[in-house]
Amino acid sequence: MFQRREFLKAMGAGLLVSVLPNLSYALAPAGYQRLLVLIELKGGNDGLNTVIPYTSDDYTRLRPAIGIPRPQVLQLNEQVGLHPAMSSLMPLWQNHQLAVLQGVGYPEPNLSHFRSIEIWETASASNQYLGEGWLSRLFRSQPVPAGFAADGVVLSSQNLGPLDGGARAVVLSNPQDFARQAKLAADQQAGAHSGALSHILKVEGDIRTAATALQQPAMKPAANPADAPTAPPKAAGGFAQAINTLADILQNGTRIAVARITLTGFDTHGNQQPTQARLLGELADGLALLQNRLQAQGRWDDTLVLSYAEFGRRPRENGNRGTDHGTANSHFMLGGRVKGGLYGQTPVLAGVTDGNLPHAIDFRQLYATVVQDWWGKDARSLFGGHFERLPLLRA
Amino acid sequence: MRSHAQTAIRLILLCLLPLTAWAGIGEEGARHLLSRTGFGANPAQIALYAPLGREQAVDRLLDHAVYNALSAPPTWVNEPFDRPGKPNLTEDEKKALQKERNEHAQELRGWWLEEMRITPSPLTEKMTLFWHNHFVSGLDKVGVPQLMYQQNVLLRHQALGNFGQLLHAIARDPAMMRYLDTVNNRKGQPNENFAREVMELFTLGEGHYSEQDIREAARAFTGWSLDKDFHFVYRPNQHDNGDKTIFGQQGNFDGDDVLDMLLRKPQTARFVTIKLWKYLVSPTPNEADIQRLSTLFYRDNYEIRPLLRAMLLTPAFWQSQGQLIKSPLELTVGTLVTFDLTPPDWRALAGLNRQLGQDVFNPPNVKGWPGGEVWINSATLLTRKQFLDRLSHDAAPIRNNFIKADGQMDEAGGRQARIQRLIQAGLRPIKLQPDEWTAIYHVRNAADSARLLLAVPPAQPLPEGMSGAQAIAPLLLDPAYQVH
Repeated sequence: MFQRREFLKAMGAGLLVSVLPNLSYALAPAGYQRLLVLIELKGGNDGLNTVIPYTSDDYTRLRPAIGIPRPQVLQLNEQVGLHPAMSSLMPLWQNHQLAVLQGVGYPEPNLSHFRSIEIWETASASNQYLGEGWLSRLFRSQPVPAGFAADGVVLSSQNLGPLDGGARAVVLSNPQDFARQAKLAADQQAGAHSGALSHILKVEGDIRTAATALQQPAMKPAANPADAPTAPPKAAGGFAQAINTLADILQNGTRIAVARITLTGFDTHGNQQPTQARLLGELADGLALLQNRLQAQGRWDDTLVLSYAEFGRRPRENGNRGTDHGTANSHFMLGGRVKGGLYGQTPVLAGVTDGNLPHAIDFRQLYATVVQDWWGKDARSLFGGHFERLPLLRA
Repeated sequence: MRSHAQTAIRLILLCLLPLTAWAGIGEEGARHLLSRTGFGANPAQIALYAPLGREQAVDRLLDHAVYNALSAPPTWVNEPFDRPGKPNLTEDEKKALQKERNEHAQELRGWWLEEMRITPSPLTEKMTLFWHNHFVSGLDKVGVPQLMYQQNVLLRHQALGNFGQLLHAIARDPAMMRYLDTVNNRKGQPNENFAREVMELFTLGEGHYSEQDIREAARAFTGWSLDKDFHFVYRPNQHDNGDKTIFGQQGNFDGDDVLDMLLRKPQTARFVTIKLWKYLVSPTPNEADIQRLSTLFYRDNYEIRPLLRAMLLTPAFWQSQGQLIKSPLELTVGTLVTFDLTPPDWRALAGLNRQLGQDVFNPPNVKGWPGGEVWINSATLLTRKQFLDRLSHDAAPIRNNFIKADGQMDEAGGRQARIQRLIQAGLRPIKLQPDEWTAIYHVRNAADSARLLLAVPPAQPLPEGMSGAQAIAPLLLDPAYQVH
C-alpha cells in the first residue's frame, strides 16, 4: 500500500516533470517558422558608449575625451541611455519591444578577435575548441522542416560563423548573384560515392536547393512601406541593403530559420567617435527598417533579432581617442514578442582603472533562451551545461 | 617426384602472384602519388613516374627531395627589424611600421606559394606545410614576419629529417616562443601555454597526460627566453630549479628533459603517425597499419623519411584514390601546376586561399587547420568552383588544332605554339591553353583527360565524342575534381 502510494506519487511527479519541457513547445508551436536574425557587430562594439551609464562620474573619469556628453544621451531611464546616433531605436523602446542586455560575456574571456568570435560562434567554453557552429549543432539534432530553402543565410560576410560545420547555409550577397553562381553547382545524380565525394555532393545539393527556392517569383508585391510618408529615414549603405535583401527573400516566400547580417568596423582602437557614431546610426536605422518591412509582411511577431560581437571594449579610453579590446558588452534583442526593458547589470565602473568588466549574462543563456523559448527546441545538450534562460519573450 | 612437383607448383604460383610490385604504377598511380605528395600533378611528371613500380616511384620521390627553398626569399628577411611594441614611437611611425609589416607578410605568403608551385621537390613543401600545421605559430600573434620566415626555414630543413630534433628545435624557435608564451613563463609566474600545447598538440595528444604533468612541465621550461634581438637565451635566474614530478618521475628537470621524456613515449610516435596518415592517405587509418608504422617510427628514433616511405608503400595508400578532400592550396596551386600556369598576381592567389580558409603563416588557432570536410561549405565550394570556372572559361578557345589525321596529338606543334605565344606574351602565360596542353601531353580524348585530372570517375558522366581539350572545363567543374 505504502509502496503503491509512493509509486503513484513518483509517477505523478514523473508526469509533471515530463510535461514541463513540453510547455515550451506549447509556447512555441511554430518552431523554426519563427525567424532568428543575428546581427554581428564585427570588431567588437564598444558597449559602454552604446548603452551609456550617463550619470556615472566614473564614466567621465574613464573617458575624458570620448565619453558621450550627458545632454546628448537618449535616456532610457535615470541611469542609462543610448548613444545619440540610435534615435531610430527609440520607437521600439517605447513600444516595449527592445530589450537591452547589459554585461553579456563569458568566463575567462579571450581578447583575440579570432579566438573570441570562435567561442561565441561555437558556443564553447573559453578553453574548449569546438569544430561546429552552435546553430549547426542545433540543426543537426533538431532539423528544420523539409521544404525550407536552407537552414539559414548569411549576408555581408563570407564566413558562415554559427552556421559553419554542417548546417545547410548559404552566403547571400544578393539573390540574383547567388542564383547565377549557384549554377556552378550542377544537379547531381544520386549514386554511391566515397565519403569525401559524397560530402561535396551534399553541399552542392544544399546550394541547389537554396538557389531553387530563392528563384521563386515574387508574390504580389506589397507597397514598399519605406516609401510611405511615415517611413523611417531611408537607410543607406551595405547594412541597409542586406536588410532589404533579407526582407525581399522572405517576402518572396523563402523559408529559413535564421539569417545573420554582419556590420563591420567596430574595432575602434583610434578616433572612435565618428566611426562608432556612423556605425551605430547604420545599425539603428537598419533595425528600424527591418521592423518596418517585416511588420508590413505581417512577420514581425515571428521575428527575433539578437546582436552579438566577439567582445566589448575596455572602459578606460586609450591614448588615441579610442578603446582597446575588452570583455563584457551590451547587446540588443528586439522583436514582436520581446519583453522590452533592461536586463543584466549596468556596468559598475567605480574603482575601475585599466581593467575590464565582468559579465552578468553568459551569452549561452541568450542562446538557450532562443533555442528553448523562441523555437521551442531542446537546448539541454547543446552547450555543455545548463544555462539559465532569461524571461525575454512573451508567449 | 613429389618435391619436383611441389617446386613446379611453387614456381607457377610465384609467377602468378600479382605483379603490381614490378609492373608500372601507370598514369593513375603516378597522378595519385604526385597529387598526394605535392600540389597537383603535371602530366610531364606523371609520364616520368608512370612506368615505375611502387617502390621505384616512392624512392625516386624521396631521393629528389631537397631541404632548402629554391626561390630566393624577400630581401628584408635577413635585415634587422624593430621589436613589436617598441616604445617611444609616434603614431605615424607606429602606423608606418604596421604597414610595412603587413606588406612583408604579403610578400612572405607570395614567396611560399610560388615555391610550392615551382619547386622540383613538392614533397618538401607538402611536408613543410604539414609541420607548419602541426607546430603551429601564427603571424597575427607572433607579429614579426622575419621570425615566421625563420621558423619556415627550420621546418623545411627538418621536414624530411628527424622529428625529435625538430621538436627540440621548434621549442626554442623564437616565433614559437612568442606564439605560445614561452617567453612569459618565469619562476613563480608560470605560463602553461607551451607546456600544455606541446603535450596536447605536438606529441601525446589529449588524454595521455595530467594537469599536474602540465603544471610541472611548465616549471621545467622556465628560464627559456629571447634576447632583445629575438635570439634564444637561457636566463638562469628565471628558471625554477626545484624538483618536478612529471609522468611519475621526479627530478630537477629542464625543458629539454621534458621533451626527451615525451619522445620516449611510444604514444608520441603513434600520434604523429596518425596525423600524417590523415594528411597523406585517408581520414580513417586502420589500426594494423598505424601500429606497424608507428613502431617503425619509434624504433627508427623518429626518422621521418623511413616513416614516409613505409606509409607511401602500404597497400592502403594505393587504394585510397578520392578519399581526401583537396585543401585550398592543393586545389589552387595544384591546378596551376597541372596546367603550367603562372598566376599573374600571387597576392590575389594568397587572398583567394585565405578566403578559402588556408592563410599560410596564419592558421586560425593553435590547433591548426582541421582539414578534410571542414574545407567545404556552401561558401567555400562556390568560391572554389568560381576559381576553376574562371580558369577554364577564360581559357583560350578550343580549336582542336593539334589533332592529327590519325587521331594522334601533334606534340611538336603544341610545343612550338607555346614557345611562340610565350615570346609574344612576355613569358607570362596566364590563360589555360587546352589545345597546347593536350597536344604537348598527348591527351587525345576525354578519357585521357579524366585520367590525368581525376582520382575517381566524374560524378557527371561526360558526353560521348569529346576531345581531350573540350573535356577540361567540365572535368574541372565536376565535384570529383574537389577530391584526390
